[in-house]
Amino acid sequence: MNVQELSQALANIFPAQLQANDVMQNDVYGEVTIEVLPENVLSVFEALRDDEKLKFELLIDICGVDYSEYGSVEWATGSATSTGFSRGVEPATGARLRFGDDKESTVSGRPRFASVYHLMSVVHNHRLRVRVYCEDDVLPVVPSVINLWPVANWFEREAFDLFGIIYEGHPDLRRILTDYGFVGHPFRKDFPLIGHVEMKYDEEQKRVVYQPVSIEPRVLVPRVIRDDGRFDEVDGAEQEKSDA
Amino acid sequence: MPEIRNYTLNFGPQHPAAHGVLRLVLEMDGEVVVRADPHIGLLHRATEKLAESKPYNQSIGYMDRLDYVSMMCNEHGYVMAIENLMNISVPERAQYIRVMFDEVTRILNHLLWLGAHALDVGAMTMFLYAFREREDLMDVYEAVSGARLHATYYRPGGVARDLPDSMPKYKKSKWHNQREVNKLNENREGSMLDFLQDFTNRFPGYVDEYETLLTDNRIWKQRTVDIGIVSPERAKALGFTGPMIRGSGIAWDLRKKQPYEVYDRMTFDIPIGTNGDCYDRYLVRIQEMRESNRIIKQCINWLRENEGPVIVENQKIAPPKREGMKADMESLIHHFKLFTEGFCLPEGEAYAAIEHPKGEFGCYLISDGANKPYRLKIRAPGFVHISSLNEMVQGHMLADVVAILGTQDIVFGEVDR
Repeated sequence: MNVQELSQALANIFPAQLQANDVMQNDVYGEVTIEVLPENVLSVFEALRDDEKLKFELLIDICGVDYSEYGSVEWATGSATSTGFSRGVEPATGARLRFGDDKESTVSGRPRFASVYHLMSVVHNHRLRVRVYCEDDVLPVVPSVINLWPVANWFEREAFDLFGIIYEGHPDLRRILTDYGFVGHPFRKDFPLIGHVEMKYDEEQKRVVYQPVSIEPRVLVPRVIRDDGRFDEVDGAEQEKSDA
Repeated sequence: MPEIRNYTLNFGPQHPAAHGVLRLVLEMDGEVVVRADPHIGLLHRATEKLAESKPYNQSIGYMDRLDYVSMMCNEHGYVMAIENLMNISVPERAQYIRVMFDEVTRILNHLLWLGAHALDVGAMTMFLYAFREREDLMDVYEAVSGARLHATYYRPGGVARDLPDSMPKYKKSKWHNQREVNKLNENREGSMLDFLQDFTNRFPGYVDEYETLLTDNRIWKQRTVDIGIVSPERAKALGFTGPMIRGSGIAWDLRKKQPYEVYDRMTFDIPIGTNGDCYDRYLVRIQEMRESNRIIKQCINWLRENEGPVIVENQKIAPPKREGMKADMESLIHHFKLFTEGFCLPEGEAYAAIEHPKGEFGCYLISDGANKPYRLKIRAPGFVHISSLNEMVQGHMLADVVAILGTQDIVFGEVDR
């Protein structure tokens, strides 16, 4: 089944759950993405797994995403020539290294957290990406799919550990990758790259202690978005598509 | 009479059979495992977060360090995600080089797996045999990239440089006199391809040696047959890929089913198991080494006859030639921008998966148009496989835990990322 047929089949099977613009298809890389509301997650996923035409019996991956700094940059390049060059040394985005300087989300109108699922069918040999946005930014909750695919167990624990996304119905939502007793969710964009604490052996107390980080933060390469068309020749096909 | 209760056993993180830093909390009933709770993350380095703070072309080296016994395959998944998002195609010669090195890597990985697995179960000799052949292949890595392990050889748009005309040679020392050195250097006089071809001619004989030691070995069979059986249905539910799902009898191989690079031009077979036990997975991997050897031979023949560029000409992505940089202003600027700022990817997302020696290795890349990834998610096969450990070891004896850990081919670099 090719990409068009798959997106057509999806639109036929889920007329109610998916609006037309929720099925996004990308011919360039041959990938299909659908977006599902949290309340429809379980019914849609069950149909995806069991429907004869879809048969997504393999859950490949679950990935948490924090969209709070989507599109933000550290280096102003647009109006730089009239005012002198921007130095690009102020940490402002995901690479932000100082802690305590919380800032407003740059993306409005879209929920902060999302859980992205990659599915694959061995029978039909096709793939699908499903994105579920968490409605609440403070307490992101998504239903767990562990009863549909047992493999979701550790993937959901990982996304909970790194992003703080709560998978409702997961029987054992513990931290998995971070240290015992770790505080915070390290892959959130407001978590500094160097972390909050460092560990050392204290000679006086004769034990390992934690203390606030002491390294100097710095930005080596500023994050920059070039939209002056210099990469047009590289992704020519891509550009034409978005213009059309 | 005292009450007999289950007791808890801590296995690792400093245990030679834990394959790195696995802490396994086992609940035992006598010598039978009731429940296994793997604690991972002791090697967590936040590779994905580090990649978010660096330009795309500076993270390739991190990929080597994920699964540190199949380095180039990790790089392949990462650069393929970038190439998909940029929609660029790789020169044909580079595609053949990539396929060849993917298979060299597969043999490297399976050799280490075989040596370590057999060592865990009690066959010391295998480890020595496997490392004898790994040495040759690591020399090939060294010839092409300068590093024996962490190559950073694949680049977005191709590979770093063309195949070299000479192999590194042994030198006379106080341990080896000239006559011995000449003998060691016998097959290193020609180009890298000559050396690799010599290896592919010798290798099937080596695999026969491994099989003589293990395949019909009574102790080996007692330790692996009917241990850790996974049915095809469970294999799918548990998200298995690679040799793990093939061992359970499902002929699923991305190289055949969703071919990338030039795998659709290669002739090779997919070995599958019948019972889904440790012994079947052993046979599958042994056969995969033979198939990889076949693919390498086909690549060598093609590479001998066809010259061509090995990386895209576009200097927005690939660095300019060294001579050009010395004489040409434009090249100098490109070089400077590429190494200080990198390149920007168009906004969007892509998932690229390759048939890694351990299973499906995928990179999911979200780009907001910047020179750094917005989010990079690495789908590591080992992470999925070890999550099924609890189910696979239940009801088995303590000694079988080691056999099952070995059959899963766990490397903590990629499990913990």
